[in-house]
Amino acid sequence: MTVQGWIQILVFCAVLTALTPLLGAYMHRVFRGDAILGSVLGPVERGFHKLLRVDPRQEQDWKAYARSALIFSLGSWLLLYALLRLQGSLPFNPAGFGAAPADVTFNTSSSFVSNTNWQYYAGETTLSNFSQMAGLAVQNFTSAAVGIAVVIAVIRGFSARSLKTLGNFWSDLTRALLYVLLPIAFVLALFFVSQGLVQSLSPAQAFTSLEGVRQLITLGPVASQEAIKLLGTNGGGFFNVNSAMPLENSSGLVNFVSMLAILVIPAALTATFGRMVGNRRQGWMIYGAMFAFFAVAVAIVYAAESHGTPAQHLAGIGGGNMEGKETRFGVEGSSLFAVVTTVASCGAVNAAMESLTGLGGAIPMANMMTGEVIFGGVGSGLYSMLMFVLLAVFVAGLMVGRTPEFLGKKIGAREMKLTMIGTLAAPLLTLIATAIAISSKYGLRSIYNGGPQGFSETLYAYTSQTNNNGSAFAGYTGFVQPNGPGNDGAFGITFADLLGGGAMLAGRFLPLIVVLAIAGALAGRKVAPAGPGTMRTDTPTFGVLAIGTILLVALLTFVPALLLGPVVQGLTDRML
Amino acid sequence: MKKDLTATAVGLVVLTLVLGLLYPLAVTGVSQVAFNDAANGSQIERDGTVVGSRLLGQGFTSARYFHSRPSQSEYNPSATFFSNAGPNGQDTADAIRANADAYLKREGRYDAGLTRAAIPPDAVQTSASGVDPHITVDNARIQAHRVAAVRDLSPDRVDELIDDHTDGRGLGLFGAPGVNVLQLNIALDEESSR
Repeated sequence: MTVQGWIQILVFCAVLTALTPLLGAYMHRVFRGDAILGSVLGPVERGFHKLLRVDPRQEQDWKAYARSALIFSLGSWLLLYALLRLQGSLPFNPAGFGAAPADVTFNTSSSFVSNTNWQYYAGETTLSNFSQMAGLAVQNFTSAAVGIAVVIAVIRGFSARSLKTLGNFWSDLTRALLYVLLPIAFVLALFFVSQGLVQSLSPAQAFTSLEGVRQLITLGPVASQEAIKLLGTNGGGFFNVNSAMPLENSSGLVNFVSMLAILVIPAALTATFGRMVGNRRQGWMIYGAMFAFFAVAVAIVYAAESHGTPAQHLAGIGGGNMEGKETRFGVEGSSLFAVVTTVASCGAVNAAMESLTGLGGAIPMANMMTGEVIFGGVGSGLYSMLMFVLLAVFVAGLMVGRTPEFLGKKIGAREMKLTMIGTLAAPLLTLIATAIAISSKYGLRSIYNGGPQGFSETLYAYTSQTNNNGSAFAGYTGFVQPNGPGNDGAFGITFADLLGGGAMLAGRFLPLIVVLAIAGALAGRKVAPAGPGTMRTDTPTFGVLAIGTILLVALLTFVPALLLGPVVQGLTDRML
Repeated sequence: MKKDLTATAVGLVVLTLVLGLLYPLAVTGVSQVAFNDAANGSQIERDGTVVGSRLLGQGFTSARYFHSRPSQSEYNPSATFFSNAGPNGQDTADAIRANADAYLKREGRYDAGLTRAAIPPDAVQTSASGVDPHITVDNARIQAHRVAAVRDLSPDRVDELIDDHTDGRGLGLFGAPGVNVLQLNIALDEESSR
């Protein structure tokens, strides 16, 4: 650990905290209908609605809102699947790649529509530029926009005093894309190119190295995809090694901006929430609870990685763990990125997660196991967090013997049942999928390393997919490419592809429906004026209670599993 | 229901055109004009032919050159993968030890004081991309003994060249400093033909 390293981490925290209220206020205006860019982009917004033949002012109740979101996502899935399977006959395919097998494509389509971006494929050796741009990058935008739209609808439900409706899905989707994601992504992409990221549609550039080896510089629309990959907490890289590739993440500065891009929207949505419910302290309370988890996680990973691994100590090498890390980021830039990408459900990686130390790898897993509520995915992070807040309110209500209330609204039995489903669905799915994979011969085919490391690979894979993160202990595989670049002769490991794909879809859409149902039930519920007996939910005390609730659920569910893999590795210097 | 289907169908066509084609093509257009060099992979030319990219590390075996970090992918920039070497793996330890043995043997001849414990981890552990363009300054200073002796250059001059090709932290703050191996080796070739 170095002073320089800690300063970088502190500066990152400070900048993120400073951006939160700014972007939060901006998004509040966007979804209220008076966006700053409204005078310029307003006609585009109206034109788009006209094309879609939707009336943006038509209010939808929770069922109608959910139906629109689900139908749009289903349509996206079908389109993406078709584009990827037809890759061989579509344009912008300079390397002439054919399509990946059906089971892998099922996994990939589910992955990008669910905002997960789990990747069994290697981008540069299997996908055409068309698949990357018109297939994957479009979903990077739209799956993120669906997340933002849904959380805005949920907040409306929490705050609505008379209306029973949540807004209009098509209007929210358009605004999230037009005023938030697209403009920021465009500026970010140009900044990235200026710093060395590739952006070209030309075929790869051949060269002969100084010592005479023939090699290729892969070119492609990298920067444009990179911008939305980070901003939308998607995480699917253009290159197989993702943000570790110098052409995808070229310097310490780019790395810093990348990490900000991952967290800024999920963080700012807490401020948007505060403004929409008319209590900014409430927004800061949620931010504070998320931030506390984040800060502890960063400190642990940085300390663990600086200590080095048992393997390197056995070989007589001191210093930090540089296995699977890039020099230009250093241990600090890699540790911070590993935490940022797993607290947010981004899943981009700038280092090999599998080569982290035992404890350094346990923390990213634990981050995901909270259900991606520590900032989390764009939109999905906050709405999942709100379910934990309801749970905390309920627990507190039980302790003092009062009917639980949040924002002046009484929380009834139906909402609590839904909350339980919403908060427990992902953990249960994770454990069941891991158990099936680890105990069947089909699951063993995907494992690369043996022993506890192999268990960690499996646990990480299903934790990451169910919680829509997308990062991986990359030894775990579902796709085999025996003939090198291209999909010639390639085949998928069907079991891993289908189980993972199903886990991603369930982990995304089950909580999404549940939380909309909760918001629908709360919309229009009478607000009781705060009295002396009201438990305040915008105080640090409540923040601690919310943290405790999240920890309780996550720890009780996952500690046994964590003990079998990363913890046992972190506690020993032996080779396992 | 029918309304949703229409909106989805039309919406996806329009969004694919705008976000999937217009957006990346616009970024490409601006980039090719404004940042032509970076947008095309920061290529390095020598005598009119491309010999690599400023951002892609290459394999070096000759004693005349500084050596890049170990690579799990033979420094192939067009099919990248991680080593996925686990922290407690016996094969990980073996690989690191083998790299350290080779490093000691290669550099120890020219740097008599070099011990195993003094080897920087980046010199013996594989990078993430397999094409890490940098090595740490510590690593470069050790290799400088060898390069200066083989090329018959003064150690001070080699140290100077290392400084010239060290990329500092971003804005003096972000990331870690690293020596760009390919650019340094090209500069060495210009300096001496030995």
